[in-house]
Amino acid sequence: MLLECLVHEKVECIFGYPGGVTLPLYDAMYDHPIRHVLVRHEQNACFAAEGYARATGRVGVCCATSGPGATNLVTGLVNALMDSIPVVALTGQVTSKLIGSDAFQEADTFGITRSCTKHNFLVKTVADLPAAIHEAFYIAASGRPGPVLVDIPKDVFQGQAHYTPVDAIHLPGYKVFTEGHTGQIRRAAQMMWEAQRPFVYAGGGIIAAGASAELRELVETLDAPAVNTLMGLGALPSTHPNFVSMPGMHGSYAANMGLTECDLLIALGVRFDDRVTGRLAAFAPHARVIHVDIDPAEIGKNRTADLPIVGDVKRVLERINKVLNELAPADREKNSGARRAWWKQVREWKNERPLKPEFSDSEIKPQHLMAEIDRLSGGQAIITSDVGQHQMWAAQFLRFNEPRLWLNSGGLGSMGFGLPSAIGAQFARPDKLVFSIVGDGGFQMSIPELATIANHGLPIKIVVMNNGYLGMVRQWQELFYNNRLSAVELAGFPDPEKLAGAYGFKGRTVEQPGELRSALEAAVKEPGPYLLNVRVSQYENVYPMVPAGGAINEMVFGPAQPVAV
Amino acid sequence: MRWSSGLLSRWQCKGKFMLQIISLLVENKPGALMRITGVLSARGYNIESLTVARTLDPMLSRMSIVVDVDPSLRAQVIKQMNKLINVLQATDLTDGPAVTREMALVRIRTALNSRTAILKEAEIFGARVVDQSTEGFALEATGDPEKLDEFIAVMQSYGDIDVTRSGTVSVSLEKKKLRLAPPIPRGAGAENGRAKEEETV
Repeated sequence: MLLECLVHEKVECIFGYPGGVTLPLYDAMYDHPIRHVLVRHEQNACFAAEGYARATGRVGVCCATSGPGATNLVTGLVNALMDSIPVVALTGQVTSKLIGSDAFQEADTFGITRSCTKHNFLVKTVADLPAAIHEAFYIAASGRPGPVLVDIPKDVFQGQAHYTPVDAIHLPGYKVFTEGHTGQIRRAAQMMWEAQRPFVYAGGGIIAAGASAELRELVETLDAPAVNTLMGLGALPSTHPNFVSMPGMHGSYAANMGLTECDLLIALGVRFDDRVTGRLAAFAPHARVIHVDIDPAEIGKNRTADLPIVGDVKRVLERINKVLNELAPADREKNSGARRAWWKQVREWKNERPLKPEFSDSEIKPQHLMAEIDRLSGGQAIITSDVGQHQMWAAQFLRFNEPRLWLNSGGLGSMGFGLPSAIGAQFARPDKLVFSIVGDGGFQMSIPELATIANHGLPIKIVVMNNGYLGMVRQWQELFYNNRLSAVELAGFPDPEKLAGAYGFKGRTVEQPGELRSALEAAVKEPGPYLLNVRVSQYENVYPMVPAGGAINEMVFGPAQPVAV
Repeated sequence: MRWSSGLLSRWQCKGKFMLQIISLLVENKPGALMRITGVLSARGYNIESLTVARTLDPMLSRMSIVVDVDPSLRAQVIKQMNKLINVLQATDLTDGPAVTREMALVRIRTALNSRTAILKEAEIFGARVVDQSTEGFALEATGDPEKLDEFIAVMQSYGDIDVTRSGTVSVSLEKKKLRLAPPIPRGAGAENGRAKEEETV
């Protein structure tokens, strides 16, 4: 019954872990065409489903049993909620009669996950199941996407009923705004032509909406500089001439100066996250703000929008582009002088302090590692990352020429995301080269999934950026806690060759800068999985850096004497 | 807690925060209340009062919540509530034209000699006697919350009292258009979940 619902939702693949109360479901799966991928921990089932969803835009599905299975999903669910990723989680629950009796492996999943999901369901009878499943998929994928959990008691799994297709979904309280207000769209286009220093700030919403082409058209029509947030990397190709880079705490000088000095901020599918804005009061102080978002609650949450548009950014941009082109003959030249000067300024900032990879003859610099991976990827490979220094360096130095290539845990920042999300991404896109760039910390959080990778022979290239520390925490301890390095040293990293060998695939360590390129090339050539442990310089810090609570134009560029800005 | 007087609700400042009154139309489903109070508790707001009851349509409930919210975040709270799938409509009645009422049941133990005085006071406040015994009275009073505060203070001066207040119920005097999402047909069009056009700002 449940599987039939899933077939109707065109589910191909479920990431899960069975247990007592999901036995009836797993029995039905035994000879069913829907593929089940057995992970080694439920948290990773959710991360893998997210990887699948992030790489394709389709709903990722994960499955866990009651009690500990469900509670283990929690981190993954919050992660998907923070990054607006469509995931449906199916959890088993103890038999209806036993709910509330502290039965074996019982947990109040419905209550626990209330704040971890966009919506959740507790299905009480088998007759309610189809509607709940279809509503769950609809809610997960529509509007601002997010995770939805369906908690299903064992007796509901066992209930015999014929699947009758559901004709329509009735959710009177769930309003999805797509089109945007016609008058506001017109005013937005006018403001864009009136601006002398326009700046496009595009985020994960562009990727969720599939609005890359529309964003590109807008940026080209206006010839405005544009930044992609951490969640939006790939929305505008990194090689596009109008692309500046990522803004924010570890964003580039040009991106942050552009945000600070612009007179019109065109915010598209972004939420003015604190890691982007720094001190809000000093963020884009001279700018009027156009904010397009599908979630009305994002409008004016952190920064008041001068012109808010609630709608699907793809639809809204299509319509804005149309008006822009209508107005272009009359308005294009109005401020062209000022705009040329603005571009000149942005280019100067770019040249003044570019994001430059560092190299050394004696040790591998992390930036060097990213540059080498980028050379092999050519902006085409799927890169999943964990959380920390390597994530920031990857975001700074890797190019993404399509959306849905850069998969990382943005909002929640959960370590352990890199490896399992690569599993989901590789299942979703078997044609793609997948790199999983992880730190030595996050990698050790998800080591069990090496078995899943080995089981399925997934040709994921695992690159451990190993600095022997929880690098980002160490960096903060160095900069803000008098270098009192507390509980950040990661001694005892396993021998990668033996580790990978134990799982039946190849691995090695590389320490010399001269060997890096050939080692990476060998990893990519290997038909199966590969674990490459790269020993990088231990005390390298991520720069530029905006100290927490600082304004984003007050960047720190390095450990030495600060250079006059 | 200080309440303002008058027919229309006008809350006064209480320290840094201000009482906000929210009226919600919600689906009568398990978990709906938890989701709504979750929006408040997740932000550390304390609920001063909350009432829920069915509407004419038994599938729906009307809720009135009084809560201490930083004034600058009031709009955000309403938006977050409107985002909930079980919530059909959340409205901020704090500044709008609205009537606000509350009921209190007061049990008072008193000596025989002050009984007449109590009944007189009760009459002034429009309270009714709902039970009486040799020990005292049970009184029912309805009014805006501040009037009830006064009533309770007066009754306290006569002796030992037990009070149960209903919490605020509120009705907007403005007609608000209720916008509902239309049913979504399943099939080809519903796949990517993009709903029908609806204009908003």
